[in-house]
Amino acid sequence: MKKPEKSADPRPDPVFVMGNVAAAEGAIHAGCRFYAGYPITPSSEIMEHMAVRLPAAGGVFVQMEDEIASISAAIGASWAGLRSMTATSGPGLSLMMEGIGYAAWTETPIVIIDVQRAGPCTGQATHVGGGDVMQVRYGSHGDYHPIALAPWSVQEMHDLTVRAFDLAERFRVPAFLLADEGVGHLRETARLDPGPAVAGRDSRKGLPPFGTDDPAGVPPMPCFGEGERLLVTGSTHDEWGWRKVDSPAVHARQVDRINRKVEDRRDEIVEVDARLLDDAEIAVVAYGFTARAALAAVRAARAGGTRAGLLRLKTLWPFPDREVKDLAARVKRIVVPEMNRGQVADLVRLHGRCDVIHHGQTDGRVIDAETIERLIREARP
Amino acid sequence: MTRDMHEWLREGLGVTTFCPGCGHGIIMGAVLRAVAGLGLDMDRVLFVSGIGCAAWIPSPHFRADTLHTLHGRAVAYAVGAKLARPDLEVIVVSGDGDLSSIGGNHLIHAARRGHDLAVVCANNQIYGMTGGQTASTTPLGDRTATAPDGNAYPPFDIVDLVMAAGATYAARWPVSRPRMLARSIQEAIQCRGMGYVEAISPCPTQYGRRNRHETVPALFDHVDSLCVAREDAAGMTADERRARFVTGEWRRG
Repeated sequence: MKKPEKSADPRPDPVFVMGNVAAAEGAIHAGCRFYAGYPITPSSEIMEHMAVRLPAAGGVFVQMEDEIASISAAIGASWAGLRSMTATSGPGLSLMMEGIGYAAWTETPIVIIDVQRAGPCTGQATHVGGGDVMQVRYGSHGDYHPIALAPWSVQEMHDLTVRAFDLAERFRVPAFLLADEGVGHLRETARLDPGPAVAGRDSRKGLPPFGTDDPAGVPPMPCFGEGERLLVTGSTHDEWGWRKVDSPAVHARQVDRINRKVEDRRDEIVEVDARLLDDAEIAVVAYGFTARAALAAVRAARAGGTRAGLLRLKTLWPFPDREVKDLAARVKRIVVPEMNRGQVADLVRLHGRCDVIHHGQTDGRVIDAETIERLIREARP
Repeated sequence: MTRDMHEWLREGLGVTTFCPGCGHGIIMGAVLRAVAGLGLDMDRVLFVSGIGCAAWIPSPHFRADTLHTLHGRAVAYAVGAKLARPDLEVIVVSGDGDLSSIGGNHLIHAARRGHDLAVVCANNQIYGMTGGQTASTTPLGDRTATAPDGNAYPPFDIVDLVMAAGATYAARWPVSRPRMLARSIQEAIQCRGMGYVEAISPCPTQYGRRNRHETVPALFDHVDSLCVAREDAAGMTADERRARFVTGEWRRG
């Protein structure tokens, strides 16, 4: 066989790789140097790959006794100065919720990869699901605003993991890669490009680590062992970390700021991928693995004479509300296929003033293009 | 707290939140004396605690990095911080319920893996902050808010637990032996692997008043009367030992 000629493309050559492995490589490329985890299908390949790669990259890998310990150790390591992550699936994510709330309230950068499987409960461990959209948003108690990105390909398992680290560090929040078993176990070619260095956290010393003059600001975050004598607590705290468990003003100000620091700068975070929408009268709104079938369905519908298009949500939280609203003003109907009973469809209805047709498939199988094409056909006016 | 300890405390502190007669202030002093005695640089010491009265011993009082975490999770957070920054001295200070009940799994697994942590357990045998409910360390038959007719279940011996799990060093002393406590905390800091020190700390507010120990000295005397040196406990049955506080030091052979 003839060897392909060397490409002029400066990026690394494409490799044939599994989505979960690509995500682990993305973490390494983003400067992740701490992984704590607990095995769970269908995410374990991330952990196994990190166990090989992290020590070689000068990082630390540890298998903890459960998911609660995993997220706890990752948060401890983040305060000790390392970019930290864990990965899991629905049942493990349920256990991690208290730590996610702690990370949100103490403004600790951390990346959590959730490779969704078919729930509820233990459900179908090896089968695909999409039921964690609301869990990553609202799973821990109280008001906070995490970031969640939804990859649809092996390439994005890598690239959006890198982006999740960038956002987690810049905004000092827990950031999720909300993947699913479909993309996690998918094998296809991708370019695992180390890319430019991810912007780190603002680690200036001597400033309040938990408050800013800007009511929607992100304070600087020094780390342990730098002489800052940091006072970190999960109780309500003022800008220097002192517990203020009886002050309505401090509590209100901090809750407001940790939400607004994400909401007010949503334009820096929200990304959508618009395909064939310019003249569309029927739009499909999809994310994750389902968006692959949705694009195929849109193309097939166009071949059959229906002007269909796709709005793919690369960011799920903060939700692309304006993008959905604009879309709804331009099309006649929106079709939302997803592997849950309407977690995103309800949001599309909330923000978009047009007919919304929902297809929620919760049988542990991916939604195929034929199903979505039929939905588009039926949605025609 | 004596004047020479003030440099180890954060500026701007008023009084502590501990009740009159609480043993936790003595533990606070013992930890600081241990750290001072070893000449540790407080900028290289991280104190980690969970939730409960004992978790407030280091946070906010100690003038070092302090990480006040979630109920039961102190050891797991400490593991992450220690692995990320092995050059830091990481000392966990938390309560008996926090470390051995809700956090028991983290404690035994950290001991098993041999993370180089010092763990100081303020054991007051009850849930103090939440109002005096039964703990996994409450003596058999003692009254609590959730065991009005007496606790029906025997307590954990946390020293046995961590030593069986793989800790390097363990010690147990009542707070009436502050020098032994400070010395053991030093050994726990210096040993490789997990060093565990349990301070039996009387809780007059929640434990004493429910169990008819009318005054603080009476409660201290009661705790001391239950203490038996490890050597003297050698001939006791398991049930006899469980009714006492076996004091002394344990080292992994």
